Amino acid sequence: MWEIGLAHYLTVSAILFAIGVFGIFANKKNVVIIMMSIELMLLAVTINMVAFSTALQDLVGQIFTLFILTVAAAEAGIGLAIVVVFFRNRGSIEVEDINSLKG
Amino acid sequence: MTDLPSMLPALPEIVLALAAMGLLMFGVFAPGDRTRLCTQAAVATMALAAVLVMWDIGTAAEGFFGQFVVNDFTRFAKVMVLAAAALALLMGRRWFETEGIQRFEFPVLMMLSVVGMMLMISANDLIGMYMGLELQSLALYVMATIQRDNVRATEAGLKYFVLGALASGLLLYGASLVYGFSGTTAFGGIHDAIAGGEPPLGVVVGMVFVVSGLAFKVSAAPFHMWTPDVYEGAPTPVTALFAVAPKVAAISLFLRVLMDPFAGLIADWQQVVAIVALLSMIVGAFAAIAQENIKRLMAYSSIGHMGFALVGLAAGTPEGVRGVLVYLAIYLFMNVGTFAIIIAMRQQGRPVEGIKDLAGLGRTRPLVALSMGIFMFSMAGIPPLAGFFAKFYVFMAAVEAGLIWLAVLGVLASVVSAFYYLRIVKVMYFDEPLEGLDPMSSPTLRIVMGASAVVVLFFFLVPGWLVGTAEIAAAALVTG
Repeated sequence: MWEIGLAHYLTVSAILFAIGVFGIFANKKNVVIIMMSIELMLLAVTINMVAFSTALQDLVGQIFTLFILTVAAAEAGIGLAIVVVFFRNRGSIEVEDINSLKG
Repeated sequence: MTDLPSMLPALPEIVLALAAMGLLMFGVFAPGDRTRLCTQAAVATMALAAVLVMWDIGTAAEGFFGQFVVNDFTRFAKVMVLAAAALALLMGRRWFETEGIQRFEFPVLMMLSVVGMMLMISANDLIGMYMGLELQSLALYVMATIQRDNVRATEAGLKYFVLGALASGLLLYGASLVYGFSGTTAFGGIHDAIAGGEPPLGVVVGMVFVVSGLAFKVSAAPFHMWTPDVYEGAPTPVTALFAVAPKVAAISLFLRVLMDPFAGLIADWQQVVAIVALLSMIVGAFAAIAQENIKRLMAYSSIGHMGFALVGLAAGTPEGVRGVLVYLAIYLFMNVGTFAIIIAMRQQGRPVEGIKDLAGLGRTRPLVALSMGIFMFSMAGIPPLAGFFAKFYVFMAAVEAGLIWLAVLGVLASVVSAFYYLRIVKVMYFDEPLEGLDPMSSPTLRIVMGASAVVVLFFFLVPGWLVGTAEIAAAALVTG
């Protein structure tokens, strides 16, 4: 059978990261999906960190992971708060409706 | 029993963070509206922090087991950040009162973001760098949305959040690759891992991700698309902050990261930074021409200025670092002065931000028009104003480092950008006044505007103090 090694973890995390980046740019529907994509990016990095930490036999990567999880929680909180405030003003969180500033 | 880490080098940050938490408690529990008191206390704390930062000038110290570094470079950058943030706070107070959005959270958030910026500047480890960057960014997202019943402000905050989070994600992915392939998160360790012969490919890829993330934060092209919308939508005093303090902090971090851990990869990053600098200068020069909104124009102007500053970084020499620091300091004066005028732009009490609203200012408000003219000429880089010296030092460094093509194209971009700066002067002095602007009521804004104009105008008499200080700071970065 296959031996699961560092390269497999890195591949999975690279794929997840790419899905996250594409989710931000290719998504035309809903801002909440963008929030999910951001979380996906951060979690892909987390997988990377833990895999490296195990491969290197070095705890720093796992400590970094704990910091990333904390920051991801704070970031999701602030992001959702901004989305709620935007919804109150605009009455919609469709990506197409984020257009009062040209650009 | 392990020893406690040495925390004394981080004293200014600790003071600011504790004061921010204390002011938050005060603002929540004190009766009545305490916004004004909180603002004054925040400015006083920042002044105290600046004194603490400058306490041991000339020495270098490390704290938290080498994760936090203090030297003359970090002092120079931190004083600029503190000055920019304190001035933005002072300039914005009256604006927020007039608009009826007094929130004591604003100075508290400002202090927290300043703590983040100072941590970024002093970070000597990927973890510290990321935490500082996020503390700064998270506070800035909320500040962009502080006018929460306004569609444009909330939209600006949303866009800033999404693209800022994307940039943090890119930077973090790069940090994970650098950690994995060099085996350490400490800047010194990464430096040593690269120094021995051929660098691992993973570190190079990781470095490119880190550079992209930082380019997002300094709004350099091709990662600039959020800047115009955020500048236009955010409340003007917040834009005044965005234009200076986070830029100074992010460029300082850029310098630290590339000149310290990744110094051995200069052949790899020099081309990337040179191209980013060139694209930013071109975008800043051409995209600003068609703008009708002064805040949007300042956004493209800041993209261009970041391009000019990155020219000095692309040189990768101590002269280049000195040029960047001189550029940032002069940029601070020019932008703070310009935003003092933009914050004061009102017609019959309501804020306006069109370039056409400045028409006839030369006749109705001659002193304001004169100051604005000085800032615009300086930003265009016309001698003998300060902006000319800023560009001179970065281009000199680029030429000495052999990047003559970059310097030539940079000067051409600067000529193109002169067009829209001079257009503002033309509108002020040669167009008929439509409605005319209200007089500048706030003494703070008048003082900031006047003092910045004097500095920008008479900088050529005594350039030595700034250039000499920047040289000492650059030496501290490059040697240690």
